[in-house]
Amino acid sequence: MSLLELRRVEKIFGGLRAVHDVSLVVERGTIFGLIGPNGAGKTTLFNVITGVYTPESGAILLSGKDIAGLRPAAIAALGVARTFQNIRIFRAMTVEENVMVAGHHLHTASIVDAMLRSRRYAADEHALSKRARELLEILGLAELAAELAGSLPYGSQRRLEIARALMLSPQLLLLDEPAAGMNSQEARTLNDQIRFLRDQLGLTVVLVEHNMAVVMNVCEKIHVVDHGETIAEGTPAEIKVHPKVLAAYLGEEPEEAAS
Amino acid sequence: MRALIRAATIAGVLLVIYLLQLGFESSLNDYVQRIVLLSGINIILAVGLNLINGTTGQFSIGHAGFMAVGAYGAAYLGAKLAPPLHSLLGPGALANGVIFNIALLMGGLFAGISGLIVGMPSLRLRGDYLAVVTLGFGEIIRILFNNASFLGAATGYFGDDPSGLPAYTNFFWVFAWVTAIVVLIHNLTFSQTGRSLIAIREDEIAAEAMATPTTRLKVTAFAISAATAGIAGGLFAHMQAGVRPEDFRFEKSIDMIVMIIVGGLGSISGAILGGIFLAVSLELMRDLQQYRLVLYALLLIVIMIVRPQGLLGSRELHHFLRRRPKSGTVGGA
Repeated sequence: MSLLELRRVEKIFGGLRAVHDVSLVVERGTIFGLIGPNGAGKTTLFNVITGVYTPESGAILLSGKDIAGLRPAAIAALGVARTFQNIRIFRAMTVEENVMVAGHHLHTASIVDAMLRSRRYAADEHALSKRARELLEILGLAELAAELAGSLPYGSQRRLEIARALMLSPQLLLLDEPAAGMNSQEARTLNDQIRFLRDQLGLTVVLVEHNMAVVMNVCEKIHVVDHGETIAEGTPAEIKVHPKVLAAYLGEEPEEAAS
Repeated sequence: MRALIRAATIAGVLLVIYLLQLGFESSLNDYVQRIVLLSGINIILAVGLNLINGTTGQFSIGHAGFMAVGAYGAAYLGAKLAPPLHSLLGPGALANGVIFNIALLMGGLFAGISGLIVGMPSLRLRGDYLAVVTLGFGEIIRILFNNASFLGAATGYFGDDPSGLPAYTNFFWVFAWVTAIVVLIHNLTFSQTGRSLIAIREDEIAAEAMATPTTRLKVTAFAISAATAGIAGGLFAHMQAGVRPEDFRFEKSIDMIVMIIVGGLGSISGAILGGIFLAVSLELMRDLQQYRLVLYALLLIVIMIVRPQGLLGSRELHHFLRRRPKSGTVGGA
């Protein structure tokens, strides 16, 4: 069974059909690219998958179970983690605390445990902190653990969002433009890190990205949307030469429009 | 072993408070004593309100309503529980302590339940709905007490005894409760729950995407905050002969907000400083009573210009003692 399947998903904002009749299948263990020109509906698709928006119609199946209409926290608890296009870290907290926030499944102590500083509270804090440090190590942020998250440079903030998302122990990781604002060196490191997540942590990754060097490099399958509709799907090699994709990005040639 | 150390610590702290009380009552005049007790009550109010307004970032502007629920609840129970418990335990300090603390806990419980009722519908939504709803709640509660004849209506509730409510509130109980509430709320703030509350304040959408049960946590924090206001109300009620509806006007809610803004929203030590500041400044400005709101408005404007984050910002006092300032890292009580 595929990990994530969208069936004929529709999302309308007033008069705007932001997502129209999009169906796609993400197999377990793949790195899946979602691309399209600005305003194509990529982030809206992420928001529909993660429950920020409820689709007007269509189904969103996670391991065969329909999750459309669930609250974001419930979908996250099912193992769907995400990062945000416009970075949404908790700026006033330290890097480590940012990651620890997402560790609800490691957290068994009640509020009373916390207030009375029980043994269970201490064990929880230890487990959360240990896991957070491991993830920061993977993303190369271990030395910055005690820094205020808001004081990090842009690229590090993006990696912090990934570390925080990983703290959910997700099956599916949705990355919304992780390479935005990164220089080419940072983007290359990001490529390796995304592959590491799939190979070593067994994650399935869906990537929205404008940086074609990243997309063509790491994705096994690419889905292209424009004006909220699917225009192509295939391997990077197929997408690079697909006439509709070229048209969407570069404009149509007159004879193409005629055919 | 752990439990033993804890019991010893608690006994030690209570002993210290008791010794302080002996010194307090023998060396200070009634006027100064009253200001010190009011400072303690203000600390409870400010630390409790800071949990929801500062840490969680959900603005309540009607906390006087919860204080009123606690005050009336504790006053009524304190008066009604006295005869049966005195016949059971005999007169004396022990019986008084038992009656008083049951009354306070029940007052806090009533206020906490009111907090649940107010918070559950209004905190499901993102945004400033809580401010509007608590503003209304504060007024509704005051008008209810103004018309409840079994609680003395507009005259106020003075118990069954002609001399008024028994004056249970003293230095020992006020500061025992201050210590307990400050420690409990500090522990809550510096835990996974506290981190989640701060995450809700910082970015609710991101907190939700990280599987944080935002509604449940907001409602819990709000109910705890309301309950602490209730306990402060109970202490306040038994400090004087009775409670009157006009003790819990909108100005009282504003006083509480001034406390936490002066001290720095989100800082427990700031809330403590703000609570003391307000008790003292109210006394110093006693002759200017009618201009109080104007003066506070001016004070707030000056703070917004000179130091918008308040005295301490969102940091704690002990963070300033370290070499490098950091945000709240996890540490023991």
